[in-house]
Amino acid sequence: MADLNVKIGTLSLRNPVTTASGTFGYGTEYLDFINPARIGGIFMKGTTLLPREGNPYPRMVETASGMLNAVGLQNKGVDYFISYIYPEIKNYPTCMIVNVCGSTIEDYVACAEKIDSLEAIPAIELNISCPNVKEGGMAFGTDCKSAAQIVKAVRKSYSKTLIVKLSPNVTDITEIARSAEAEGADAVSLINTVMGMAIDVDKRKPFLSTVTGGLSGPCIKPIALRMVYQTHKAVKIPIIGMGGIANASDAIEFILAGAAAIQIGTANFIDPTISVQIVEGINDYLDKHGFHSVRDLTGALE
Amino acid sequence: MKKYVADWIVTENKRINHDHFLLKVALNESLPEMMPGQFVQIKIADSPNTFLRRPISIHYADPLNNEIGLLIQLVGAGTRKLAELRKNSRLNLVFPLGNGFSLPDKSPSIKRFLLIGGGAGVAPLYFLGSALLRLGHTPVFLIGAKTAEDLLLIEEYEQLGAVHLTTEDGKVGEKGFVTNHSLLKTNSFDGIYTCGPLPMMQAVAAYAKSFNYPCEVSLENRMACGIGACLCCVENTVSGNRCICTEGPVMNIEQLTWQI
Ligand SMILES: Cc1cc2nc3c(=O)[nH]c(=O)nc-3n(C[C@H](O)[C@H](O)[C@H](O)COP(=O)(O)OP(=O)(O)OC[C@H]3O[C@@H](n4cnc5c(N)ncnc54)[C@H](O)[C@@H]3O)c2cc1C
Ligand SMILES: Cc1cc2nc3c(=O)[nH]c(=O)nc-3n(C[C@H](O)[C@H](O)[C@H](O)COP(=O)(O)O)c2cc1C
Ligand code: FES
Repeated sequence: MADLNVKIGTLSLRNPVTTASGTFGYGTEYLDFINPARIGGIFMKGTTLLPREGNPYPRMVETASGMLNAVGLQNKGVDYFISYIYPEIKNYPTCMIVNVCGSTIEDYVACAEKIDSLEAIPAIELNISCPNVKEGGMAFGTDCKSAAQIVKAVRKSYSKTLIVKLSPNVTDITEIARSAEAEGADAVSLINTVMGMAIDVDKRKPFLSTVTGGLSGPCIKPIALRMVYQTHKAVKIPIIGMGGIANASDAIEFILAGAAAIQIGTANFIDPTISVQIVEGINDYLDKHGFHSVRDLTGALE
Repeated sequence: MKKYVADWIVTENKRINHDHFLLKVALNESLPEMMPGQFVQIKIADSPNTFLRRPISIHYADPLNNEIGLLIQLVGAGTRKLAELRKNSRLNLVFPLGNGFSLPDKSPSIKRFLLIGGGAGVAPLYFLGSALLRLGHTPVFLIGAKTAEDLLLIEEYEQLGAVHLTTEDGKVGEKGFVTNHSLLKTNSFDGIYTCGPLPMMQAVAAYAKSFNYPCEVSLENRMACGIGACLCCVENTVSGNRCICTEGPVMNIEQLTWQI
């Protein structure tokens, strides 16, 4: 059994396998299928200061080796989270991380401050990369200046591990990563979904109510892997890699490209037990190739 | 209700007509409890372009043989793969999902329920009809199709109760749509359940509303996870966007915001 423990800021994960925000609910939805004690962490559903109804149906369409979604951050708001969801999830035996999103800098800060006081939440993931909301979201993550502003503001009011989630819908993701690092992010996670679109030719209409949406699944893996690789060369803080990971070999590719940990998103929909299988697969790989620790594998591209 | 993921074995795959088939699968342990109206999410193996699971209603559950039946319409690549499955192949399912139809209490006063189905929408009504019968009530079926060819497994439904039919050309049953059937003018019921194409369910809902019948419909919104995690499958309801995979697929028409 190899050493699977990894560190992200002050956060210690029992293994590098976590689940991606928006694909794993609050973890509760998967308790019939996996034991959370087997995985490194759960990134919970995107949370905003005020409740959001999300976008109208249809919000999802399958595409070649992937899917487009336009959920639009449907959630009941941070106060509801604190009163009703937190009590239920606070004793889950894994790192429970809140994904924070907003329309203004003040929203992000207020939401982060409220979560800072929750003892069992050791980190937040700042979502400056959601393509499915009209204001805020991705707008903050596609420009170095606004990314820097928002990370700086949240850093001032949030004391624990701050992970900044980056958008692939930019010319150079490494610039945004550097801005986040410079303003005190403890880690970056990438990538969020890739902006895309699909058309129903019979109806001559877009499939999604919002016309465009976010592409996820195996089809985005090469893009995500390339971005993790480039970002690893550009920053010193740890990287949490994701985008199309569907098995242990995919996960190992991300780690070799420079990720300290990984997130599994869309693949949970196809196999609700996949996260645990990937932990086992990484362990087997380390044993087979004689690695003592998974930490030795990060960026170990020959 | 606890959910499971497991491999099932195909015990039979039977073509019913040019675009429907009945897939029977068995589990090598006892079935958990399943309710009429619940569904399973089927993994389509080795098919990267249909990589999301496909939601299919439970047509019947047979706890004696640890078997369930799935009545499936050939629509696209995913259902085509399922139609090709041979006996003894493996099929991975997540089950049982969603809520079911609400069932009346077992009571000495016999109630009559109208079960209206169209196309492959008849699938869950068989399971529902058996459950109503077991509770001592009377299911009455009203089934609509384009042509006689498109009526599915009618003899099976006749085992459970009276079956009334409509076809668009009138070759079998009454001519027209289910909502034009004379049964609706001459009979009254304690409640209506319906599953089928959206326009049909909306017409049924409008009828039920005008007669103040309690009415439940089974929706088929697009799903990704099927377990309430992704929020892709929502329906706009009187209490906001609700996941059809967990709070449905069966909904009371009072909850819906249909303009009927
Ligand atoms: C709760 C529920 C129960 C259902 N029960 C039955 C049943 O008992 N028998 C039956 O024949 N069909 C049933 N369906 C519909 C069935 O899921 C679709 O026909 C099937 O997914 C089509 O897959 P395909 O790959 O063959 O076609 P595709 O070419 O992928 O799709 C054709 C059409 O099927 C629908 N569809 C595709 N994927 C999904 C999805 N993930 N979720 C919902 N709809 C989808 C869409 O309207 C799409 O336009 C049910 C759907 C739901 C949501
Ligand atoms: C249905 C759905 C909802 C999502 N919701 C969020 C969200 O609320 N916040 C967020 O940061 N990312 C969200 N994402 C993006 C994922 O966390 C992840 O970055 C992306 O899907 C790529 O990984 P994958 O290919 O493994 O799914 C969502 C993705 C999907 C498919
Ligand atoms: S399909 Fe994912 S929440 Fe319903």
